[in-house]
Order: sequence, then structure tokens, then C-alpha cells
Amino acid sequence: MASYKMHLLVCGGTGCRASESAKIVEELSVEIKRVGLENDAQVLTTGCFGFCEKGPIVKVVPDNTFYTQVKPGDCKEIIEEHILKGRKVKRLLYEDPTTKEHIEDSKHMQFYQKQIRIALRNCGFIDPENIDEYIARDGYSALAKVLGEYTPQQTIDIIKKSGLRGRGGGGFPTGLKWEIASKNKADQKYVVCNADEGDPGAFMDRSILEGDPHSIIEAMAICGYSIGATKGIIYIRAEYPLAISRLKVAGRQCRAYGLLGKDIMGTGFDFELELRYGAGAFVCGEETALIRSMEGFRGEPTVKPPFPAEKGYMGKPTNVNNVETFANVPAIILKGADWFSSIGTEKSKGTKVFALAGKINNVGLIEVPMGITLREVIYEIGGGIKGGKKFKAVQTGGPSGGCLTEKHLDVPIDYDNLIAAGSMMGSGGMIVMDEDDCMVAVAKFYLEFTVEESCGKCAPCRVGNKRLHENLEKICNGRGTTEDVEYLKNLGKVIKDTALCGLGQTSPNPVLSTIEHFYDEYLAHVTERRCPAGQCKALKLYTIIADKCTGCTACVRACPVAAITGEKRQPHVIDAEKCIRCGACFDKCKFSAIHVQ
Amino acid sequence: MNKIKSIDDLRKMKKDLEFGMNIREKSNSPESLVQIRVAMATCGIASGAREVMNAMIEKIEKDKIPAVVTQGGCMGYCYAEPTVEVKVPGKDPVVFGYVSPKVAVEILEKYVLNGELIEGIIPTNYQSINQ
Amino acid sequence: MEKIQVTIDNKVVEVAKGTTIYKAAKDNGIDIPTLCYLNLDHLKIENRPGGCRVCVVEVEGRRNLAPSCSTECSDGMVIRTHNVRVLNARKTVLELILSDHPKECLICSSSGNCDLQKLSQKLGIREIHAVENAEMSTYRKDFSPALRRDMDKCIMCRRCETICNDIQTVGALSAVNRGFMSVVAPAFEQDLVDSPCTFCGQCVAVCPTGALTPFDDTSKIIRALADPQKTVIVQTAPAVRAALGEEFGLQPGTLVTGKMVAALRQLGFDKVFDTDFAADLTIMEEGTELLNRLTKFLSGDKSVKLPLLTSCCPAWVNFFEEFYQDMLDVPSTARSPQQMFGSIAKNYFAELLKIKREDLVVVSIMPCLAKKFECQREEFATDGNPDVDFSISTRELASLIKSANIDFNSLEDEDFDRPLGESTGAGVIFGVTGGVIEAAVRTAYELYTGEKLTKIDFTELRGLEGIRMATVNFNGTQINIGIAHQLGNARKLLDGIRSGMYHFHAIEIMACPGGCIGGAGQPLHHGDSNIIKARFDAIYREDASKTIRKSHENPYIIKLYEEYLGKPMSEKAHHLLHTHYFKKDKN
Repeated sequence: MASYKMHLLVCGGTGCRASESAKIVEELSVEIKRVGLENDAQVLTTGCFGFCEKGPIVKVVPDNTFYTQVKPGDCKEIIEEHILKGRKVKRLLYEDPTTKEHIEDSKHMQFYQKQIRIALRNCGFIDPENIDEYIARDGYSALAKVLGEYTPQQTIDIIKKSGLRGRGGGGFPTGLKWEIASKNKADQKYVVCNADEGDPGAFMDRSILEGDPHSIIEAMAICGYSIGATKGIIYIRAEYPLAISRLKVAGRQCRAYGLLGKDIMGTGFDFELELRYGAGAFVCGEETALIRSMEGFRGEPTVKPPFPAEKGYMGKPTNVNNVETFANVPAIILKGADWFSSIGTEKSKGTKVFALAGKINNVGLIEVPMGITLREVIYEIGGGIKGGKKFKAVQTGGPSGGCLTEKHLDVPIDYDNLIAAGSMMGSGGMIVMDEDDCMVAVAKFYLEFTVEESCGKCAPCRVGNKRLHENLEKICNGRGTTEDVEYLKNLGKVIKDTALCGLGQTSPNPVLSTIEHFYDEYLAHVTERRCPAGQCKALKLYTIIADKCTGCTACVRACPVAAITGEKRQPHVIDAEKCIRCGACFDKCKFSAIHVQ
Repeated sequence: MNKIKSIDDLRKMKKDLEFGMNIREKSNSPESLVQIRVAMATCGIASGAREVMNAMIEKIEKDKIPAVVTQGGCMGYCYAEPTVEVKVPGKDPVVFGYVSPKVAVEILEKYVLNGELIEGIIPTNYQSINQ
Repeated sequence: MEKIQVTIDNKVVEVAKGTTIYKAAKDNGIDIPTLCYLNLDHLKIENRPGGCRVCVVEVEGRRNLAPSCSTECSDGMVIRTHNVRVLNARKTVLELILSDHPKECLICSSSGNCDLQKLSQKLGIREIHAVENAEMSTYRKDFSPALRRDMDKCIMCRRCETICNDIQTVGALSAVNRGFMSVVAPAFEQDLVDSPCTFCGQCVAVCPTGALTPFDDTSKIIRALADPQKTVIVQTAPAVRAALGEEFGLQPGTLVTGKMVAALRQLGFDKVFDTDFAADLTIMEEGTELLNRLTKFLSGDKSVKLPLLTSCCPAWVNFFEEFYQDMLDVPSTARSPQQMFGSIAKNYFAELLKIKREDLVVVSIMPCLAKKFECQREEFATDGNPDVDFSISTRELASLIKSANIDFNSLEDEDFDRPLGESTGAGVIFGVTGGVIEAAVRTAYELYTGEKLTKIDFTELRGLEGIRMATVNFNGTQINIGIAHQLGNARKLLDGIRSGMYHFHAIEIMACPGGCIGGAGQPLHHGDSNIIKARFDAIYREDASKTIRKSHENPYIIKLYEEYLGKPMSEKAHHLLHTHYFKKDKN
């Protein structure tokens, strides 16, 4: 291997690729050759750095220079100035939103300071398409350790002791899950990786698969060894073409090295891997639905028990874990259960990857220790609310979760605390809302998603969610009553109580938690016909302030429904009955005479 | 590609491959390493900074010295180029002037590994690496 | 069996391990309402997707409510089936289902027969809390000659899907779409006629609402009866008499042959005949065909196709025309009794009456929906005039009788007309699984051996097992017989033959559970397989009560051959009583 003095790591995640990061790699390589440094500096494509807000990212090591929003046109300057002359390109450095300082070393970025990267340890660090880089970073050493030193039960015991819980949503103890699958005897067992990530805004699984596919393959083999399975299947949504292609490359490399197939590393352990593509149905993230789908049936959940660990894929014992869960496994094996369980809270160990989104400065993917507070995540890592607005709520757990409010800002985030607060961990979506967000509309938004994604098998979810959504729409349209809010509450509880699978059982959460925390907002909608956030169009009231109106008639001409009348040079009036709340008059008025309530 | 036929094969392979990742591994925890910055502005390059840098990297790799070499811009000591700033953990940074590849190796052997001071130190009044 | 203890509604009961909460409650006198759940014990048909959530109960220590139909009891479980939480949930869920269900019960063909309606009554639903203008899921209606799909009324119980896929292995129906718009439909929502549907109608037999209903032909019958130009005659299939009484409140298994004949006369049919007569005729043809093939085979002729498969069941014919196109020369070419009757009626009987076939209307009363499709097949018409004009189901007949103000239960028994109303016990047992082959064996045995049977009952051929195999001794020659009912079982038998696993001489197949007695045109069993069992027993009672029990001894059959057909398998018989099979086009 050539001895490079500098590495230029370019993010090759889906987000940055969409902003031409592939072109950047190309340009950088061309420029390096042009200045004759091709033996000194190496350009590499890596997985996601998490700081998607400011992509595409180019990181230069060893000096940890973090260039943001790089365009192909910037490459020449980076090479000529930084690589050739040692002068960092200041304008491309990350600017701290509060101090406005350009930060030269990514170690000093607040975004990274509170993060601990276990699942994402290799993302943005290695070339995911090069198995050698993975091996250089202790890749497959965990598998070797397990095969060489531990019995299956000992391996399970380590995972149990580590306290690792399922990262896909439920939070079921992973070691226990493995143990149950290992105890069920069968001629064939399966290890399934659930890569059917579907929460709106969540993309940690995709990033791991794109940035570190080998870690998943290694973990699945470890799991296979532990439970006695020789076949692994990754169920991945077909909308993740990059992750799929990286997995395929990784699989090929493993087979060439003999890390998949028969007699792995001469230990007599066989393990094969297969990919299955999902068509992007949210419900297929539910393990029984996922298994149905893999079997070629309509993807819909089945009644549990039997659990997959007893009767799963093709009726055989099957262990299903989510991508992020698997990503933790090799690290636990290598560094030990005690190391892992030293991170986190009493009942939630390790770290959790969150996808930060919404009204927050630093949108992106972060990995933080369990027990961190929302305040730290939002104000330190996330850089606070966009535009300096007031924080209102944060939705965790995606459409299955609930919203947390100001009073929860200092609650340590872990599985149990989130449930106690009426939300859930889910797969780790975290959507931040500010004062401009109407909570009724937020609940409606999530319901729209669950209505769309319901499989239709059970009545409470199929019809109930539809009715919840219709009711919310009615309230947003200013036709709701207090009885409607009560109806929402009862219906929501019944759906939780009766729906067949996790999707249905959690789908009313956004409604129930917004009613609980923002009851006043609901009341304002149904009793005062007012949307406090000013977001529900139907509830906006446009009036003309007579003192300010000059009678210029600009608004009259702008109004598409002729709702505005008045003599020239006399104050005009808006007919609220006719008004369709389009806001055209507001935009046109030069005298700020239009009042919106 | 060769098959990995045993656990030892994998260990050996890892040893061989580690090397290529060194530069990135080191960047992960620079504070625990000796940080060496070679001034690589036009003046530095003109007086042989690149050769100095190459010599240091070679030496570090050969002797597995826990040090990381980065390049910096002009430090203002153009008269003394090539200049090299060395920051040993727990100590104040020291800047060496008129460094040749030979001196560079000497800095590593004497100052970095044994804590002996050698000639050519430029007195500084600011901290740069540890800003 | 290991026993465990559970507490249901404060009552401590002991149940076998593996028992569901629903079953444990039921066995102890607590009837938890269900909707999607279906369990036909005797036939091993079960549907429990756990989808309707009506049967939910509270289990202590469990976060949410449990579907009792699919949750097994565990030791020490404490269950409450009717506290406020459960009742509120159950009612709310049912309200939800009703909020997406048309409210046209007054004119729905399933009204009074609808499980959803009954449940709504039981739970006392008086209003449906939903948003004003709540959206309803609506779908294109689909009419086939046999059945009608109005999926606006579908509640996604998935019973039809289970039957069509798991039991019949036809695969015409499955759930499509997502969420609120999900519904059971043929692939790509094509029409049933373009799908692999065999029109067995078993989906209709289990549909709890009016989503899947028979195509109703009763108005056509009324119009024909009112036409003075037409002579209208009727034939009744054997299974009808064993079930029709149920529609009039009689115990399942009550034979109402005489009352049925009387009712048909009152309705105005000019002649009331019996399909059993045609069944005897079928035995003459099919039995002869079997004997011919057997004799050739036993004398070493390798070109002979064996086993002989029966061909009375129209859904079965549709099934092999769709799925076993390489084996179309194996089934008997004998037409089904319905069509043999039609052919004899429109030719022989019309000649006797000296009327044109166009002026003779042949109606059949069938336990079956596929018969509606069968009588419309082109090969069973002459110059566009079908041999059988209309085929109506047992339920449609009941509705005709009711609408004609006939007090069925007080009718005096009457007898069928001659000549096409005389039948033997062999004709009667055509209505149950194993019956056709037993009837054939009774005749074939005597014709083959030239000896009289000492024991007419071949009990080894009877039963409700899905697949049965038996060997009958024809005086030293062992005849291997296979029997299957339900198309999934038929598929297993056929696949076994194709792969060379089985070596049968003759096979009988019926598409419906239990044979025609469980046909889709029969009164609905509402998930109670005891009803099918009772009809099963009734058919054999009718057989035993007959003085003549072998088809070839039917005097009117003998006369028909003497006067008209000549011999079985004669050219005339071939022309009138046999058919050929088609490869169903694949789209």
C-alpha cells in the first residue's frame, strides 16, 4: 500500500451524492494529479458523516479539516491551497452558528463533541467498498474471536450482559432474543437483518449500510453462530439502491476472502447471506410482516405468538434484528460487555443514533450515549432552533411516537423514560418543532402517514386511523367540536388497545400525546375557531386595518375570489365568507394593512 | 485475493493493513500523539519543506513513533524555513528552524523520543497547535 | 394431554394446553362474539387472521387487549370477556367496521343471513360515531355468471381468501391495496371470469356479509313460469332435499323431498323431475366408460388412460381445465347429471311432448353456484338454446317459496313426475363426497363380475376425510379408488398421479367440502360444520330408504336406453351425454 501523507475523505452517502459528491471525488483526484501529489494524498469515498445539513462534506486528515457544502468547482482551490500549500480554505470551513467562527478542526465542532460513535464507528471513516479498510480497523476480528474463543452460549451471554436492546423500536433485549432462538431446535434457522427502514426522516440504517456494510455482515455471522443458523437474509427496501450495491460489493468481497460460505476461517462454521428487496411498505418493518413478505406473501403482520424465534421464516426459528442493533455487536464482542454497559443509563445501555430533523440548525445523523438530555441534543449538537425561534416540541419515534415538550428537555433519553413521557424510542427519528408549528396539524401529518401505510389487515388500524385523520382534518378546518376531541381520545385508546401489530398499536400516539400536552391548542381550534400557530389555513382570518389602508385597490386585483370590496382611496373590507385564505392580498399590500389572525 | 483460511490469517492480514489506516486512526485522537506541523507555504516548499515532511513521515512509520504529521501555512519565520512545529503532549509547542531532512530525523530521535533539546529552536510567543 | 388452569370472568376452569381463549370460554358457556374467525371442525377449515378484533378480551398483565380467537391460554391466566374496557373496545371496533359499510341492509341479499348484522344487533349498536361525510371505501362491482362481488361490503375478514388459497388452492382471490382501500380481489382487480376462479362459490359460502353473493336468477324463473307459451320443467339435485328445510327452520339433516316437490308444483312448474334420474344415467355412461378402460387396461393395453376421473362437478371441471391442461384426456367424458338431464329433456322429453326445444324451459335447483356457469357453457346449447336454461341455488328456491306465500312446513309430501323423476339410491348419494364413486362401483361390480352384490353399502368409500383411498375387490381383481373433496385435496391427488406416486383405477373429486351437501348454493352454515355432517347423514338415510339402490336397475333408465339411446356409450349417447374439455385461455 502506498504511503499517503494525507487522506481526503469525501462523503458518499445518498444525501451528499445527490449534491454531486461523486463529481467532487473525480475533481479532487484530477487536481491532485495535476499538482503532482498523487503519491502523497489519497481521495477516498466514505459513508455518511452525519452532518447532512451542510453536505457535501470533504474531510482532510490527519489535520481534521472539515469542509462543508463543497462544490466540484471548489476542488481546485482545496488542492492548491490546502494540500499543496498547507493553507485551509476558510470559506468552506464550518461556521459555528453562535460564535460565527470558522472551525478548523472538526474535533471542535459542537455537533461532534457530545457524540460517541459505536454503531457509526466506521461511517465517514473508511471506504465502505474496501474490505481491507474494514479489516484494518479490527473488522471480522470479533467474528474470529467468537469462533475461536467462545461457545455460542458464551457469545449470547456477552450480548445479554452488555444490555444491548433492539434499536428498531421495541427495545427488546437482544441477547435474550438470541437465546430464545438458540434454544428452539430445528434443522434450519435463519438470521434476518431488518433493513426496511421506514420512519419518515429516519435514515440511520441506510447510512450504516452505505458507510459500513461489513459490520452488519459480521454481526449477522456472529448471530448465526450464536443461535445455530447458517443462513442470513437482509431484507432491505428497494429504494436504497446505494446501500444494496454496497452490500453486494461487501458480500462479494467476503466470499472471495472466505468470510462467507463454508468453513469460515477454518473453524468449520458455515454462513451464507442473501438479500431480499422490500417494496417500501412501512408495515414490513414489523418483523412478522417482514417474514410474510420474504416468504412471498402480502406483507402484513401475523398474530404473535408464535414469535419468529419459534416459527419464523419458512416456519423455522428466525432471529430478526435491526441494522443499528447489529452494528453494535462486533464492537461489544471486541471491547467487552462491561465497556458497552458503562455507557448509557441503568436500563438502556450504549448509544443511540438519531436522525435530527425539523426546525433545527444542524440537521443530520448523530450518535449519542443513552441518557443524554433533549436539551443537549437540540441546543448543543443540533445548534438550537432555526432562526432563533422558540422551541415547542420534539417528536421522537416517528409516526409511532409522541411529542415531548419543554418540560421534557432535561429528561435523560432512554427507552423507559421516553415511554413514560408518552413517546417512544422508535427507530430514532427526532423532529423538532418550533412556535410556528400547529400541533393538531402535526398529529394530522403523522396520521396521514399511518393511514397511507396501514396494511389494512385489522379493522382498528384500517378504519380507525382513517377516522382519526378525518376528525383531525375536521378540527383543522374549523368544524370540530369538543366532542370530537373526546372522540379522538376514546378512539385513539381503543386503537392502541385492539390493533394487531405495533404499527396500529402506536399509530394514535401522536394524537394522544398532542392532546395531552397541547390540549389548549385543540380547544382553541374547536371553541375559538383559532389556530394559535397560525398554520391552519381554514382558521386564518384576514381583515383590513382601516387606518393603514390607502384604498390603492392592489388587494382587490390580487384577490382570486373577489372577496375584497371598497371605493378607491377608501379603506377596503374583506368578506370572510368569500375569503379562501390564500394570502394573495397579504403579499400584495404595500402598507401592511392586511391583518392575519 | 487470497482466502482467509484461519483466524491467524486474519490477524496477520490486519497487521499488514493497519498501516494504511494509520493516518486516519491518528487523526481520531491527535491530543494523545506528538503533533508535528510542517510549514508548507510557498517559502517552505521552496526551501525543501516537502522533503522534510517526507523524511519525518518515513521515520515515524519505520519506528512506529506515536506522532502525526500535518502541514501548515506560513508561520512568519520565512527566514528560517523550512520550519517544523512540534507539540509533545503535556508540553508547550516548540518550533524548529532551518530543518533539513537530516535534522528532521534528529528532531524525532532526540527531542520527540528522548526529550533532549537540539539546536535550531525558534523562540515563540504564541501557541498554535493547541489553540 | 397437559391441563392448565385459567380464570375466565371469575370462573376457574381447566383446559387443555394449547386451547385458545375463545375455545376455553365457549366450552364453558361463554360465547365471545367473533366476526372474521371461522372454524369448520369436521372439514379442517380454519380462518383466524386475527383481523377484525371483535373477539378481544382483557388478559391480566397484558398491555393491550388480546384477540381470543388466536391467543392461547397459559397457566394461571386471568381473563375478562365483558368488562367496560372490553365492551367499549369491541363496540368501538364494530362501529368502525360499520362506518365503512353500506347501510343498505333493507335490500341487501344477505339481509337476515348476515353475520355483521347479527353482531350489530347483539352489541346493540344504535349509532355510529364518525365524522360527518366519513369516507367509504368503494370498489367496482363484478358480476360473473355464478357470483357477484360487491366489495363495498367487504370487511376484510379474509375468509374467502383462506378458502380460495389454502383450501381450494385456486388462488383467484387475495388481499390487494393498502390501508383503508385494502380489499380482497383477483390479481390486478380483474374480473372473476378472467381470473383462475372455478366458481366453486366457497367464498360465498363463508362470506359473513353481502360482499360475495350468488348471482340471483329467481326473477328469470318467475318470468318463465308466467309465460303461457312455455312448458317449464324442473330438476332437483340430490343435496337440495337434505338442506332446504334449514331455510324454513327445520333441523339440519331433515329430508324434505316430498315437501320440496309439492312446493315446486305450487310454484307452477309443469313437471317436477329429479336430477337423481340423470345421476343414474351418468352411472350408466361413466360406469361403462370405466369398465371399458379397465378391461382394456387389465388385458394389457397401455394406451388406456387411467385412472378415470369423475366429471360431475362443474367447479372441478373448471379447475382441471385451468390447472391440469396436460391431463384433459383423463377425466370421464360423461356430462354432469345436470347437463345429461337437460340434454335428455330438450331432446327425448320434448319429442315425447311434441314441443320445440325453445318452448321447453329447463330449470335446475342446485346446491351449487358453478352450475350456473356450467349451464351457460356453449357446448351445452343447440343453436343457441341451452339444454338447461336456468340454474338456481337451494337458497334461491327457498326465497321463491317464501315470496310465493307457500307455507312450506305444512305441505303434504308429493312424489316426482315420471319418467324423469324416478331414481335409485345410487342417484341420491351423488350429493356427498364418495357417493358418485360408490354408485359407480355398485353398477360396475355387477356388470364386471356378472354377480349380484350381497352388500350394497361400501362404507370404506364414505367419510369426511379430505383424501380417502380404498381398494374394492371385484371378485379377485383389486380396484384402487381415490376420493377427494375440496380442490386443494384434489390437487394433492392429481399431483401424486402426475408424479407417479399413486396408482388408481378410478377417482372421484368434488370441489366443495363434504361434496354437494356443502355446496355454495346451500343454506349458509355460518361456520358450524355440524350442519354439513347432518346433511351428510341425511343423504345416506335417503339412500337406505330406497327400494332400488343401483342405477342400472332403474326401470326408467332401462326404458330410456331401450326406446331411445340404445346402449351406454352408443353413438347417440355419445352425442347427447358426453362432452370434451378445453384448455382455459391464460391471459
